[in-house]
Amino acid sequence: MEKVDENKERAENKENEENKESKQNRETSERNRIVIPIGPQHPSLKEPSSFIITLEGEKVVDAVIGVGYVHRGIEKACESRTYIQNLYLIERVCGICSHTHSTAFCQGIEELAGITIPRRAAYIRVIVAELERLHSHLLWLGVAAHEIGFDTLFMYSWRDREKVLDVLAEICGNRVNYGINTIGGVRRDIDSEMMQDTLKMADYLEGQLKYYLDLVMTDKVLSARLVGIGKLSREDALKFGVVGPVARAAGIMDDIRIIEPYAAYDEIPVNPVTDTHADVFGRTVVRIKEMLESLEIIRYSVKNIPDGDIAVKAPRRIPAGEVISRTEAPRGENIHYIRSNGTDMPDRVRIRAPSQANWQGMRHMLQGQYLADIPITIAAIDPCYSCTDRAIVVNSESGTEIMDWQGLRQYSIEWYKKRGIDVSLVKMPERKFYA
Amino acid sequence: MIKQRIGKIINEAVKNFFRKPATISLAKDKIQIVKNYRGKLVYDPANCTGCGMCVRNCPAAAITIVNEGTKEERKMKATLNVGHCIFCCQCVDSCPKKCLSYSQNIDLASFNKEELKMQL
Repeated sequence: MEKVDENKERAENKENEENKESKQNRETSERNRIVIPIGPQHPSLKEPSSFIITLEGEKVVDAVIGVGYVHRGIEKACESRTYIQNLYLIERVCGICSHTHSTAFCQGIEELAGITIPRRAAYIRVIVAELERLHSHLLWLGVAAHEIGFDTLFMYSWRDREKVLDVLAEICGNRVNYGINTIGGVRRDIDSEMMQDTLKMADYLEGQLKYYLDLVMTDKVLSARLVGIGKLSREDALKFGVVGPVARAAGIMDDIRIIEPYAAYDEIPVNPVTDTHADVFGRTVVRIKEMLESLEIIRYSVKNIPDGDIAVKAPRRIPAGEVISRTEAPRGENIHYIRSNGTDMPDRVRIRAPSQANWQGMRHMLQGQYLADIPITIAAIDPCYSCTDRAIVVNSESGTEIMDWQGLRQYSIEWYKKRGIDVSLVKMPERKFYA
Repeated sequence: MIKQRIGKIINEAVKNFFRKPATISLAKDKIQIVKNYRGKLVYDPANCTGCGMCVRNCPAAAITIVNEGTKEERKMKATLNVGHCIFCCQCVDSCPKKCLSYSQNIDLASFNKEELKMQL
């Protein structure tokens, strides 16, 4: 009996000591933790967003991500404009993937109105979409290279991006916010001279892109900075629901151009691009290979573009109904929801930009990283902050209430007065439009 | 391996040495605009009926067209606020009489806000 008791006592003592030790360890490690804020304004961020990073030494333990600094109320503004005016507003959701947003919006309305666009228009939409993907990925490559201190590649890829923008300006009439889409087709035709310029650009860019791919695959400095950074395994990618190159780098083929072909993608062969690295290196390789694939799509569609009209007439009033339209943006799957009530203005427009889906996995990607790898991890999902900020949540004590413009102004004046600032003397310009 | 890499670097350096610069000097050279670039609007009042389709469809509320004469003898005046205009040229597409077109004029900056309101 006594022996057993002794053993028990010993074991209990040992356990207590161990617990004490681990508790001490935990306490010392918690004492050593530092919380640093990155943003809302920071040189490594291209748009405002805040990251509250908890560090233990140099390693990231936790990250709290705050987006929502650039909410513009585009969805609400859509409700007070006609469908034609909305085309140009929707284009400005994102400065880089503007064509994909207007394509998704037009597709939805064409579905509601029962319009089939001419094949030539569908091909032109594809050519512009692929040119846009090229310029978006080249821009990303430059930004990513800049984040890891490889500014030569940044200069190279942005120089090549100019060639793509020149072709876009020639086809559409502008470098960004192309304004090529209209309800029922496209606004501008593509002639043989434009086609020649596009093919010439494609030949030039192919050589450059192969050089970049070779560089990424062989350069030791690049692989040291990119391999194993921002890991998001296949299981985690599925759990967080990430889209686009982030998912494709983890081996998930979620390309809307293949799984749900829109525009002319049902006739054009698109080869899926995936990778198994599941890190920033994989995302880089996927984006460069996607650009090479885009060049093939452009060549195919320029050669096989059918003759005919470029647009059909669309009604001003769109029949009542609701629709969901999906397109493949350079950053991933882009979803538009449109509800029509039979007038010439939409009842509700909801946009889910691809960056919104990719933010979900960011905390997981940052955990366990070194502090110096945070900028490239954030840049690797190609975040588009203002595209993400679609909704705003107001924590009001008195529940929900509807305010008109005057009421809202009065409320804001009182809100500032409580904090010692009197803004009631500021004269507001008269609102002329869309009051 | 090292020799190959050095060869590549020298090749790239020599190629770039004889290349034209990718940028232009804004002081000396003029910006090259492509043929179809959308610039400032051009208005031809001869055929304009004052239907207002351009005003109705303008996403930025930049253009206004008023009839300063009578119904029989029209005297159409178009005003464009280039500070609001987003150069989408939807008005050019909307016009049933093809009175509006776009030019290659893109030098529209001004020190005075009032000068941005232009008579077309």
